[in-house]
Amino acid sequence: MAEAAVSRATRSRLLSGNALPVVIFLVFALVPLAATFKAEAYVLSLVTRVMIFAIAALALDLLIGYGALVSFGHAAFVGLGAYAVGILASHGVGDALISLPVALAVSALFALATGIVCLRTRGVYFIMITLAFGQMAYFTASSLAPYGGDDGLTVRMRSTVAGLPVFANDRALYYICLLALLGAYLLCRALAASRFGRVYRGARENALRMGTIGFDVYRFQLVAYVIAGMLGGLSGFLLANATEFVSPAYMSWQRSGELLIMVIFGGIGTFNGAIIGAAAFLLTEEWLSGITEHWKVIFGPLLVFVAVFARGGLIGVAEKLRRMLRG
Amino acid sequence: MAEPVLRIENLAKNFGGLRVTDDVTLDVMPGELHAIIGPNGAGKTTLINQISGLLAPDAGRIVFAGEDVTGMAVDRRAQRGLARSFQITSILPRFSVLENVALAVQARSGTSFRFFGNAAEDGALNAPALAALGQVGLAERAGALAGELSHGEKRALELAIALAMEPKLLLLDEPMAGTGHDEAKRLVAVLRSLKGRFPMVLVEHDMTAVFALADRISVLIYGRILASGAPAQVRADRQVVTAYLGEEMA
Repeated sequence: MAEAAVSRATRSRLLSGNALPVVIFLVFALVPLAATFKAEAYVLSLVTRVMIFAIAALALDLLIGYGALVSFGHAAFVGLGAYAVGILASHGVGDALISLPVALAVSALFALATGIVCLRTRGVYFIMITLAFGQMAYFTASSLAPYGGDDGLTVRMRSTVAGLPVFANDRALYYICLLALLGAYLLCRALAASRFGRVYRGARENALRMGTIGFDVYRFQLVAYVIAGMLGGLSGFLLANATEFVSPAYMSWQRSGELLIMVIFGGIGTFNGAIIGAAAFLLTEEWLSGITEHWKVIFGPLLVFVAVFARGGLIGVAEKLRRMLRG
Repeated sequence: MAEPVLRIENLAKNFGGLRVTDDVTLDVMPGELHAIIGPNGAGKTTLINQISGLLAPDAGRIVFAGEDVTGMAVDRRAQRGLARSFQITSILPRFSVLENVALAVQARSGTSFRFFGNAAEDGALNAPALAALGQVGLAERAGALAGELSHGEKRALELAIALAMEPKLLLLDEPMAGTGHDEAKRLVAVLRSLKGRFPMVLVEHDMTAVFALADRISVLIYGRILASGAPAQVRADRQVVTAYLGEEMA
């Protein structure tokens, strides 16, 4: 009887949890069709950007929402992935079969090396030390004179795959990003539900308890940190291809802050929220900056409003509305 | 004579100038329920924390299941079958009751570095977890959120988590703390059903429960063991009566 109740509870949770992502990905899939009517290049590049940052936001949500690891340096991984593409391309290596694994490996190594240090700290100290490592990456990139230093580096050609110019077409790039986002989303969901993820989430709830039942939570957090770093690298790989440009600014702490805002704006700890937050952030920014060049004056208070009145982010608001409508 | 499951030798711990564990030596035999009693501040929880590995002793040795675990990390001691409950309830409030216990099963069943497959629906983890919940009378609450349980139910959940670890020794730090009369009675019944199946170290203020359950009692005062022996022997000890039990218990 108890078993039946449990399985019923998990099943209903699973079903109700799938409607939103299906809608999100359907919308992403249909955007290019709608865009054929108006300003196709503009819409495609904007939404491509949304999906690329959504991947980085997902990775950050894996850290913040599921592990209570508030990283303030996640843009570093995006930058590392982008620089892998830019630097390899400047040496004539433009194939994704090489640059993608390199981008992922570099971000994984950076995550491993910094995670070993960062994860020994907690709370505010974790925030500060991830920020410090992020800034180290930023200043290192700025000082890379052969690769443009402060000015950044133009990527002369988008990546090829086994010599084929798969990324060259904007629409193809759009769908590649969509596939990457879908893959990242499914990966994160699977991770969170897996044995590994349960221990990782348990450490957020009560690390002491997890230790006394026999888990060394540090190892689980380190693996999650590396995975989140690699997803950041993937995002950077796509960003370099989308913008055909690589800049130290990709790694700046402002960028890390924007990623944090996306996750908080959308709703922490849901993965759906990270995608919605990335879209809401970038589209609002785009819309407001079209109205006035002082758009940040409007955007700032808007964020404050969300932080104060909409705890749980946009997902939380939607959830509340749904409950109100039901009765 | 059988080997003790747990043997503590000359354990000492200072907090600054305060000696909280003072040359403590005690052991727990297989199947034995060894109760530790003493006034507040006697160092009972500090002792439990040192045995479970949350605190490092300044001196002395802890031997568990034939192995010196004095410097071993808390998670590795748990892996070897040292299970504990906390005086202040320590559970995962936003996890279901079942998942709280299933995690303890998971800790003892192979690697947890598995990245795919829904752990919450893993029968190999849920079945033993439900069995452990059944032993403490919580099976019907398996689907509830742990944070929404009543206080007494949370105390029972702590026990179920410890049981699911396939323990070689249970360290129970005031399992009845803060429970009402009926809840305490239910927990005593659970402890009685576990007695003999698992060796236990029981720290408890409820003297009726302690004298009813314990095979041996050690009295801890100012970090020192004042007396140790069978319940009747401890009850008759003049020193213990003056220092802790008072006349009405004797």
